[in-house]
Amino acid sequence: MTTILSLSVLGVLVLFLGILKKKSWLLPLILAGLGIALCFTMTEWNTGKYYYHEMILIDHYTVAFSSVMILSTFLIFSFASHYYRPVQRPLDDIYAIMIFALTGAVMMTSFSNLIMLFLGIETLSIALYVLAGSHKEAITSNEATLKYFLLGSFISGFLLFGIALIYGSARSFNLHEISVFIAGHADQLPPMFLAGLFLLIAGLAFKIAIVPFHFWAPDVYEGTPTLLTAFMASVVKTASIAALYRFFSSTFHGIHGVWEPTLATLAVLTIIIGNLSGLYQPSLKRMLAYSSISHSGYMMLAIIAFSGRSANALLFYVLSYSIATIIAFGILILIRESKGNDLFSSMNGLAKTNPFLAFCLTIALLSLTGIPPLAGFMAKYYLFTAAMEQGLLWLVIIAVMGSAISAGFYFKPIMAMYLKPPEGNPLNAGWPYKAHILLMTILLFIFGLMPFLIIGLL
Amino acid sequence: MLTLVLIILPLLFSMAAFALKDERRVRLFALVASLAEFGVAVAAFIQYKTGCHCLLLFSANWLESLGVSLKFGMDGISLLMVMLTTFLLPLIILSSFGHSYARPSAFYGLILLMEMALIGVFTSFDGLVFYIFWELALIPAYFICAVWGSHDRIRITFKFFIYTFTGSLFMLVALIWLYFRTPLPHSFDFRALYGLSLSQGEQGWIFLAFFLAFAIKIPVFPFHTWQPDTYTESPGPGSMLLSGIMLKMGLYGLIRWLIPVCGGALDEWGQPAIILSITGIVYASLIAIRQDDLKRFLAYVSIAHVGLIAAGVFILNLKGMEGAVIQMVSHGINIVGLFIIAGYIEARTKTRSIANLGGIASKAPLLAIFFMLILLGSIALPMTNGFIGEFLLLMGLFEYHAVYAAIAGLTIIFSAIYMLWMFQRTMLGKTTGFTSEISDLTLPEILTLIPLVIMIFWIGLYPDFFMKVAGPDIQTILSYLH
Repeated sequence: MTTILSLSVLGVLVLFLGILKKKSWLLPLILAGLGIALCFTMTEWNTGKYYYHEMILIDHYTVAFSSVMILSTFLIFSFASHYYRPVQRPLDDIYAIMIFALTGAVMMTSFSNLIMLFLGIETLSIALYVLAGSHKEAITSNEATLKYFLLGSFISGFLLFGIALIYGSARSFNLHEISVFIAGHADQLPPMFLAGLFLLIAGLAFKIAIVPFHFWAPDVYEGTPTLLTAFMASVVKTASIAALYRFFSSTFHGIHGVWEPTLATLAVLTIIIGNLSGLYQPSLKRMLAYSSISHSGYMMLAIIAFSGRSANALLFYVLSYSIATIIAFGILILIRESKGNDLFSSMNGLAKTNPFLAFCLTIALLSLTGIPPLAGFMAKYYLFTAAMEQGLLWLVIIAVMGSAISAGFYFKPIMAMYLKPPEGNPLNAGWPYKAHILLMTILLFIFGLMPFLIIGLL
Repeated sequence: MLTLVLIILPLLFSMAAFALKDERRVRLFALVASLAEFGVAVAAFIQYKTGCHCLLLFSANWLESLGVSLKFGMDGISLLMVMLTTFLLPLIILSSFGHSYARPSAFYGLILLMEMALIGVFTSFDGLVFYIFWELALIPAYFICAVWGSHDRIRITFKFFIYTFTGSLFMLVALIWLYFRTPLPHSFDFRALYGLSLSQGEQGWIFLAFFLAFAIKIPVFPFHTWQPDTYTESPGPGSMLLSGIMLKMGLYGLIRWLIPVCGGALDEWGQPAIILSITGIVYASLIAIRQDDLKRFLAYVSIAHVGLIAAGVFILNLKGMEGAVIQMVSHGINIVGLFIIAGYIEARTKTRSIANLGGIASKAPLLAIFFMLILLGSIALPMTNGFIGEFLLLMGLFEYHAVYAAIAGLTIIFSAIYMLWMFQRTMLGKTTGFTSEISDLTLPEILTLIPLVIMIFWIGLYPDFFMKVAGPDIQTILSYLH
């Protein structure tokens, strides 16, 4: 609860600083504020309370996922001073909107009422529509925001309609009361309720970018300013998948026979199509977009294979995926800055000109591929184990084949960096930037070798 | 404890090598480091031989809640593999002294990193830890071959990576499946996995998943298509690491994990597996005869020889298995020797084409003599190491089925044909434009080859010394079948 409050206050403070034109105070304040919010979040461990007439539930699950998202935002903000160097104006609006988006994301992990879920999603989405278009001069950014907004608001309608239909049958927005309703009508649920459920699935699937609701993602990712794409690929993904998990693990678990085939089909499609499309992308940013799509497919496994282990597995997966993705985007920022584009060919010979950055990007990509002993391997391992425990062998086999395909595109930048002769200027990054990337790379090793730091939490 | 030292030492050495800059220093450091590692391995060997015949087990908790523990140890089979690895590594490093590699610190650092992963594979007694090292070995191997290889390396090493990565992912699925079949609390411990009673159908599926991973690595026909290209395009030390040691990972995996865990599946799948292995022998031999590129020739020779070893493992009798283990050691020594000689020839003549070579013996007699000695081991002349292994393997095959033994026995004839013919075309006859100026072996080069020759005859004349190490453990492995 204090998380949501402290983040909102932080956002407002940032806006005030903008009015006072204290540009140099912005980032230190934000980083400190996020640190404080993270501490507040952690202190709520073990409380397990409802707030606001059971609108919000703060439990271990909420705290853990909120912490991951705040941490990811913190890591992304650490790139901001470098990324926005050429920009003269104060940027308080962009930063404040990012923090508001984060607030929405936290709400999405802590809802215990469908209205709260919708509020969270809208807080997050509206902020994102603005962020996607925040590079006003670039036509790609305008394209991205228009696409995202049109499709996103359309899908929000689906979501709201779904919630309304569920309300119509269960006579409540409260998740607990809905589950009582489900328990009472388990053998014959009204068609209206089921229609509402599937509309909800569609709405959330769009936000996570699950096939076949994923078409917006590559274009929007490509047009959005890179720093904010990193935010979309990590924090937004975490929030939406956490919301989906919460939704299906608590309230709707009683009727998992109803939605399981649908989610399983979506997961399979996401893994296969996400990975196969990844093979045909010409640039790093689009490739990362498809990588994020296919990873949401793996994450769906945790939802389908709901058990004691799966929340842990999902948490660990989200954390390792976010860190690796943020490293990749951090280096992508540098590549776009010095080469003007992010085609694989512009990464040629990076290992000779910038051996350190090339090494870190390689580790991040290997982690995303799932090579031991990195965090990404352990994450996949836990996820596959959780799925296998529920007897979902066929899903695991498909996921494994997906990983094999994904090596096909994760290795493209690695091959470009190590095996092609260098061309053009070396990348230009100061030591704080490099230290930051190094820190995250070390985290990938630490979580890979000591997954028990995270895995026993939930 | 020594086992743990054996794994950690190369990792530390590798990090140190990455930190060094000067080429001479890195080389020397890598050589000294690998010799030190060999020293530790010898100490472990002595401890094992004189003392306990125990597992030299090191065990520590890692992921307790999942039943994964860091369990490293060596029985006789592991010990032989570790000895082979640590013995070959200094020689591989020494053989690269004549060649200057760009970014030497990375090159030698990766070689030492690879040594760590290989020893990890050979000493892990926990299924998941085994898998982690198995995958880990792939990364340095990929980079060594891809970065320092010749012109078509990018496409070919990528194929190699995808091929082996895909194969091993199915092994991971099989391992997780087995994990859930172990009694509560689940574990990956080898004893728990060995003790499983699986239905025939399950064993079949587990077998197929393991077989895919191992068969690609070995490689067994028809999963070999990555191999000739990769061996050809890799830098010399890369080819030696892949052929000498890395393919033993696959064979070792068959013995350590496949046979005891799902050996029952061989009632059903043994026949096809043996037929594939034997097909590989004949197929690769026939292709080897027609090869012109020296390294490509050796690649096919390797496929032919390991085909026989794989067949020896699948027949599940003591002779075949003993032959397989001793032949794994011999094959490692011989193929690395042959690659070293091929490297020396290429460095001197700037060509690998057999058609361009000839008359080397008249200009460089020492080179020809060493070549002949190693070649004799490879074609399994009595008194050399190859003879012991192939003899046992063929005896084992004969016990299994005479026809298979007859077909596989062709390997002896074939290998004599292609090896001696190759020797004749490169070493004898008139010199060519490429070989007229060829110089003889230098002292460091001779020192590199002498240990190999000693081993060829040591194993050939007194194989008991090595067979006794692994013998009891092979029986233990086979006893899990009944």
